[in-house]
Amino acid sequence: MNGTLPLVIVENLTKHFPVMRGIVIQRKVGAVRAVDGISFIIEQGETLGLVGESGCGKTTAGRTLLGLYPATAGVVTIDGHNVRSARGREMLLVRRIAQMIFQDPYASLNPRWTVHSIVSEPLRVHHLFKTEAERVERVQELMGLVGLSGRLINRFPHEFSGGQRQRIGVARALASDPRFIVCDEPISALDVSIQAQVVNLLEDLQDRFGLTYLFIAHDLSMVRHICDRVAVMYLGVIVELADRNELYEHPLHPYTGALLSSVPVPDPRKDRTRHRIILAGDVPSPINPPSGCRFHPRCPLADERCSLEVPEWRLAAPSHWVACHKV
Amino acid sequence: MTTLLDVKDLKTRFHTPEGTVYAVNGISFHVDEGETLAVVGESGCGKSVSMMSVLQLILVPPGEIAGGKVIYRGQDLLKKTEQEMESIRGKEVAMIFQDPMTSLNPVLTIGRQICESLRTHLGLDQKAAEKRAVELLELVGISDPANRLGDFPHQFSGGMRQRVMIAMALSCNPSLLIADEPTTALDVTIQAQIVELVTKIRNTVHMAVIWITHDLGVVAGIADRVMVMYAGFIVEEAGVIDLYENPCHPYTSALLGALPRVDRRRDRRLKSIPGAPPSLLMEPHGCPFSTRCEVAVERCKSENPSLTPVGKNHHNIACWIDIKTGVAR
Amino acid sequence: MESAADHIAVLTPDDLETPPISLRQLTWRRFRRHKLAFVGAVVLMMLFVYSFGGAFFVSEDYANFNDTTISLNAPSQIHPFGTDAIGRDILARTIYGGQISLLIGMTAVIVETVLGILVGALAGYYGGVVDNILMRITEAMLNIPEIFLLIVMAKFFGGKIPDIIFFGRVLSGSVVLIVLIIGGTAWMYLARIVRAEFLSLKERDFVLAARATGTRNTDIIFMHILPNCLAPIIVTATLGVANAILTEAYISFLGLGVQPPTATWGNMLDSANNYLESAPWLWIFPGLLILLTVLSINFLGDGLRDALDPRSRAV
Repeated sequence: MNGTLPLVIVENLTKHFPVMRGIVIQRKVGAVRAVDGISFIIEQGETLGLVGESGCGKTTAGRTLLGLYPATAGVVTIDGHNVRSARGREMLLVRRIAQMIFQDPYASLNPRWTVHSIVSEPLRVHHLFKTEAERVERVQELMGLVGLSGRLINRFPHEFSGGQRQRIGVARALASDPRFIVCDEPISALDVSIQAQVVNLLEDLQDRFGLTYLFIAHDLSMVRHICDRVAVMYLGVIVELADRNELYEHPLHPYTGALLSSVPVPDPRKDRTRHRIILAGDVPSPINPPSGCRFHPRCPLADERCSLEVPEWRLAAPSHWVACHKV
Repeated sequence: MTTLLDVKDLKTRFHTPEGTVYAVNGISFHVDEGETLAVVGESGCGKSVSMMSVLQLILVPPGEIAGGKVIYRGQDLLKKTEQEMESIRGKEVAMIFQDPMTSLNPVLTIGRQICESLRTHLGLDQKAAEKRAVELLELVGISDPANRLGDFPHQFSGGMRQRVMIAMALSCNPSLLIADEPTTALDVTIQAQIVELVTKIRNTVHMAVIWITHDLGVVAGIADRVMVMYAGFIVEEAGVIDLYENPCHPYTSALLGALPRVDRRRDRRLKSIPGAPPSLLMEPHGCPFSTRCEVAVERCKSENPSLTPVGKNHHNIACWIDIKTGVAR
Repeated sequence: MESAADHIAVLTPDDLETPPISLRQLTWRRFRRHKLAFVGAVVLMMLFVYSFGGAFFVSEDYANFNDTTISLNAPSQIHPFGTDAIGRDILARTIYGGQISLLIGMTAVIVETVLGILVGALAGYYGGVVDNILMRITEAMLNIPEIFLLIVMAKFFGGKIPDIIFFGRVLSGSVVLIVLIIGGTAWMYLARIVRAEFLSLKERDFVLAARATGTRNTDIIFMHILPNCLAPIIVTATLGVANAILTEAYISFLGLGVQPPTATWGNMLDSANNYLESAPWLWIFPGLLILLTVLSINFLGDGLRDALDPRSRAV
């Protein structure tokens, strides 16, 4: 890194969803602590992976980071702009430079709009071109970038397959020429061979336009393939963050270790002889997370201290952060 | 090893307003007692439809089992009436599905659902059925089983519901379990638990398993033999080690090349397969993979290759070309 | 131009399996298969032609021309539908009466649809306090008996609204009043439906994507979400026309509707009140026309509902 500020700085990002009771007058009786204080940075041009199982808060984190959900606490800075406090013009600018690709190709495109309307929406919202003809040209250019013919712009989403719709979503995300894209499980809903197509496309676009990605996923194999650094989330907090090979080859946190050992490997000899750390029980509810270290009820290494004291987020090895008492 | 299930030339179609969907186009395979056969393929390849056809679970109309034989223990299941099939399903051949929330009745307790199966198929009375139900829940690793009999499906997590499904499937000691993407919707740590559970059970009770999935990692961990499907055809079948170390069909090889590895450093881009699977609305002509295949030749487009052995080890593929040399075999 | 995705063969229109077919075309196809709905649509069109086209053959003055010497005559060659209590030709009156009834039906529906959409969309999209207030108002309106509202509003505003000229016809102010009353008492049903649709649609990813793009809320409401809940709106509006026509009929029966000499099917029924047995042609013809209209609208609405509902099992 050459001393430039990181493009994305996240400090103590928190998002709680209140649980309300009552019919006429509603009272808050608790909160779903979906994201409970996470911090990380993303350098320009890099891909940070955010992994975890369902309920860990990674999707909520991505949406709160972009300000789509109002954060309960914390600071998010994208290219110097404070997302929480941005209003009006500045917010519109943030929306221009930070974009999102969604998981469900069937729900993320408005079924009543043509492909052209969908992809050109950012152009209209940000007043990027003066005439409709210029917008059409830009849309066709974007379609070409993602491998779709420009002649398809008058079609409707239901005429395309999942992978093709996802590509339309990518074209839309690129329209405003963003610098940072949050990819929220962009390939989970796709077939294996299509996943490879979309991932390769994302990489090509990154190389070409110098994009920065936050890649949210639960597929640990794919994350290893595409990300530079990886953060592991559990029940609303980040438990470990390291460079990709360092994390996968020397995981420090017991949850990371268990997670990695559970991932099946397409190699029969290897897969059957692996030692699997099978975790007991299920993920607890984010309404009432366990005290101290959230992972302690399922952790094979946990002791009394783990149930009482929240572990500190610290640098355990070069560029390798972890929150665990036992490391 | 005795053959438990022998399917010959099974064809299934669906008649829709848009036309006829050729979902399964003449597949033949067998499952031996106690072995685990994995059926692998991407969406639309026909893997679920073929197994549902085996158990005559296809809704007719608009579906139609257009041909073939399904020989289970010497009898053709396709010739049986619905009533006869009812005594086979659940008792001899059990099936579990991807989403346990829709397979379980949300308004009945799970105790009632398990006992219903036991009382119908095995004729047990209520007390004996409950006792057996508790045993089954314990077998699948549900803690405090006696008290959980009175719980409803929504009170269980996804992984636990799948365990309950497995308990129900096992209740009558079936000889064959068909599992249709049972872990696809589960987290990877829960998936590992379920795979371990099924492995343990099938080893204990010597049950045959057909495991349908698109996940080539799971297959590597659980299968004895593997069958790869594409557009309603079987394109390759082999023993599990053979398939991964020596894939002979271009589709299998491409599929394996498109997989990232959790245990290796990244060395190259993922190999993606250009194009898309063919439309099932057209009657298949020629090899279904020919439009996307790197080594396809003219013959591939006009003649559909049938499954033929390649080498020893019961390794069969449906292909005209040897992918190592690019020359016709 | 060079694609960043060079290794992906570019997808062209030839690769898409089906020729371009918009959702509208698909909907039309589904609608055509619903025979009753088709019949309903045809009958409805015929009724419109009868009322508005018929005016070219019969003048309004003729419809209002009364000659007590020929009052209460049974249907004959000169007066195919007979004459009413003061000798006016019923056929002519059904033609002009039809214009008013149908007009009331359609414009009342416009009022109720606009109100219903506005209330439902704002309540559903913004939630919170806005939703609370709007829904309490809606519930209050729903709880007040419609007839009570109609009577109160008719009594209060009756006679205070001036006549208007509509395509060459002079319409008494009571017509406008009726339209406002009917529209103003029927919007609540649509509001609830629209609110429900908005509540579910606003959580969808494409709405989130629009917000991530920076699209303004008004655009999201009217350009993104509203087009996706057209189905229940169209169906409700269509059936609302039938409801409005019936409501007009019974307001008139209460004596509070459009005042004579302007005819509507409803007030023709009212004036038949004293002659139910002795001169049945007074109520049979307008009654039949109302029946036909309402039935055909209902069939049409059924067909539209099936055609527009993406979850129904048709094509």
